[in-house]
Amino acid sequence: MNADVDVKPVPQAPLSLAHQFDDLVQQREADDLGMWLFLCTEIMFFGGLFLAYTIYRSRDEAAFAAASHELDLFWGTVNTAVLLTSSLTIALAHHAAESSRRSQLVALLAATLVLGSVFLGIKGLEYHHKYVHGLMPLLGLPFEWQGPSRGHAELFFDLYFLMTGIHALHMLIGLGILLVLLIQASRGRLLGDFSAPVRVTGLYWHFVDIVWVFLFPLLYLIGAR
Amino acid sequence: MVRERSGVVLLFVVFAVLLGLLALTVEAARHDLGQWNWFVAVLIAAVKALLIALYFMHVRQSTPLTKMVVVAGVVWLAIMFTLSLADYWTRGWMS
Amino acid sequence: MTVLIDNPPPISPPPQQAPRHHYLNSGYSFRSWFLTTDHKRIAILYLLSITFFFSIGGLAATIVRLDLMTPQADLVQTETYNKLFTAHGVIMVFFFLVPSIPSVLGNFLVPLMVGARDLAFPKLNLLSWYIYVLGGLFTLYALLAGGVDTGWTFYAPYSSTYSNTYVMATAIGIFITGFSSILTGLNFIVTIHKMRAPGLTWFRLPLFIWSTYATSLIMVLGTPVLAISLFLVAMERFLGIGIFDPRLGGDPILFQHLFWFYSHPAVYIMILPSMGVVSEIIPCFSRKRPFGYAAIGLSSFGIAVFSFLVWGHHMFVSGQSVYAGLVFSLLSYLVAVPSAIKVFNWTASLHKGSISFETPMLYALGFVGLFTLGGLTGLFVAALAVDVHVHDTYFVVAHFHYIMVGGAVMGYLGGIHFWWSKMTGRLYPEGWARFSAILIFVGFNLTFFPQYILGYLGMPRRYHVYPAEFQVLNVMSSAGASILAVGYFFPFTYLLWSLRFGKIASANPWRAAGLEWQTTSPPPTENFEVTPIVVDEAYDYRRIDGPPADGGAP
Repeated sequence: MNADVDVKPVPQAPLSLAHQFDDLVQQREADDLGMWLFLCTEIMFFGGLFLAYTIYRSRDEAAFAAASHELDLFWGTVNTAVLLTSSLTIALAHHAAESSRRSQLVALLAATLVLGSVFLGIKGLEYHHKYVHGLMPLLGLPFEWQGPSRGHAELFFDLYFLMTGIHALHMLIGLGILLVLLIQASRGRLLGDFSAPVRVTGLYWHFVDIVWVFLFPLLYLIGAR
Repeated sequence: MVRERSGVVLLFVVFAVLLGLLALTVEAARHDLGQWNWFVAVLIAAVKALLIALYFMHVRQSTPLTKMVVVAGVVWLAIMFTLSLADYWTRGWMS
Repeated sequence: MTVLIDNPPPISPPPQQAPRHHYLNSGYSFRSWFLTTDHKRIAILYLLSITFFFSIGGLAATIVRLDLMTPQADLVQTETYNKLFTAHGVIMVFFFLVPSIPSVLGNFLVPLMVGARDLAFPKLNLLSWYIYVLGGLFTLYALLAGGVDTGWTFYAPYSSTYSNTYVMATAIGIFITGFSSILTGLNFIVTIHKMRAPGLTWFRLPLFIWSTYATSLIMVLGTPVLAISLFLVAMERFLGIGIFDPRLGGDPILFQHLFWFYSHPAVYIMILPSMGVVSEIIPCFSRKRPFGYAAIGLSSFGIAVFSFLVWGHHMFVSGQSVYAGLVFSLLSYLVAVPSAIKVFNWTASLHKGSISFETPMLYALGFVGLFTLGGLTGLFVAALAVDVHVHDTYFVVAHFHYIMVGGAVMGYLGGIHFWWSKMTGRLYPEGWARFSAILIFVGFNLTFFPQYILGYLGMPRRYHVYPAEFQVLNVMSSAGASILAVGYFFPFTYLLWSLRFGKIASANPWRAAGLEWQTTSPPPTENFEVTPIVVDEAYDYRRIDGPPADGGAP
């Protein structure tokens, strides 16, 4: 095999460079492209649920509106604000990681973790409220709907629990990853050229935020309140 | 790459706009716009999503390929919606 | 400055020994295989697993075809029969056809063909395999614990409400396996975009890469929708919700929309890689550039995009609106165009070529013929009026088996034979291989051609009790299936035999074009001693063989 290729000798590869890549720029672009492709799969996954929602809402808007009014607008709004804030903190965390500011990174990751947990806590309270009021038509629990279009109202709540539930599952996974990042950051890792995990996790977290940005109006803001 | 100070300030500005849009969407929901309620709500949500994508996710500074991938995801979602709704919204036509 | 591709591979006697260090002997421990991140080893792991699943799916089909030899339910009870064809479909689609070429040949070849040391995300690649195995074991458990009888299509409300079989476990198994598909596709897309060797522009890439890229697009964009459709069925069963329940206002047809949104593009996941293989084999054994390289490459994109626009053609008689049916029918006719472009270009590639009939070429030519037949019958069923009569009959069964077995499986076998020397460093016995290819071709046609007639005459699919007048055709089909089974048994045997007793292969026994042939057989773990730099166009067979005007073959 011909080996007379005039290739410049590669200087000592930085530790942050994986062996399959030629340079850090290639690695970074590959990481971003990979995460965005994964987010496309998430768009299609959630998309199926949004499609179901669209079809069923268009079949009986009034029933959906009535059911939607049973959701707590105040806590839904608070949760949206909480999640938006967590997006800010993780964006700032990424910036801190790239600038190698260790204590900032740790603080911001912790803040994101806390905000995410608050979101899930509030969600838990909302679920509990539905359970207590007989508006959780799952696992054979009684569905106490007083208004008309009982079937369609039940469909709304099926979709509510499915969509927010899957969203919450994604948040939970995100929190798990954030915890791992927090531990690594507290040990001085993830700084400078090694900040890719923070950047990539940030993309995932922002996406989960975007999903909620759509869920909130579609579930909580149907019809005038 | 995020340039230092101005980059951070921009993040806060976008955040403020996002909170403003949140307030706007909740306010809009208090008014009966009939057919247009859902449209306004989805439009505002789309603007928020765009802001998060462009600024928090740095799509604005990413390669053309990445931008194409983001667009592709949205386009594919649109395909799924369009052709499925082509069934549902024409079922009532004729017998 | 000399570059790697500039000189054609030398014609020299085959080496007596395999290269000293290569990816197969770079470690023999359990860890070195089961914790490998080498794409080539992962490809071998996939090869073993999918062969295993192919055998089980084939076993199910064997029992089905045995039962169908008589018009009565003689061999198995109806409930069992339903579980058998479901098992056959689920295993063959999700655990054999979808992963086959991408996970075996794709994993092995993509980095080699683009001149990279590995895929973009080697650890994700290993994870892909483990996810595949996990999903497969889950599904096997469901099948052994009692089976599923919904058909591989899991239509609601039977799957979501009424069936008393292991629907949830199977759905979860397939859901898990879907991630394997997604991660593989994602890896390929990033690798092909970001890791091509210097000088390797898009229009110098092998057509196999174009096909693999298009396949990966489908895997990434389509599989999640399968995931949500199965997830919803599982949740209906588990949580008792009623997304597809008409009593609440739900719509069972919504399941079909979500399911087929993936499952139609999925059939292109199954065929596009084979098309890529054929696009590599035909030029090599005609010693010519493929005719219309750009058309073949771009048609792969066309197929990938269009494949997402036609899913409703599976639902013409489901209750979908007639207008949607019209739209889907028209779009289905359009999706045939890029496939036809490929067939015409392959044929034109043969014209004035120096053709030889080694085993890979036999499979490739068989593919072109059988895929064309299957594809043409696709046009029949895409016509609304015709489909009313042949939907859910054996006509459809024959149609898709022509494409999936006559097409995809033959493409897979052709690819395995073509790149066997690269993967193992050994040559398979050509005589036995050609015989097997012909046997498979004969057995295949005897199995499935009668099914077109059966379907046209009205025999429904998924029935094992049928009117006596259909028996002759059914017996022919089952006889063909036995020949096909024997035919498949042969490669399994002689390929294994060749690992120990086969002739040692040189770097490029076929004198084929492509970067993968510029490294040893088998390749070293890092693929290339030096990163290749590409200056030539693809498929430069003229340069490899030497210009004929010089008088005599080189």
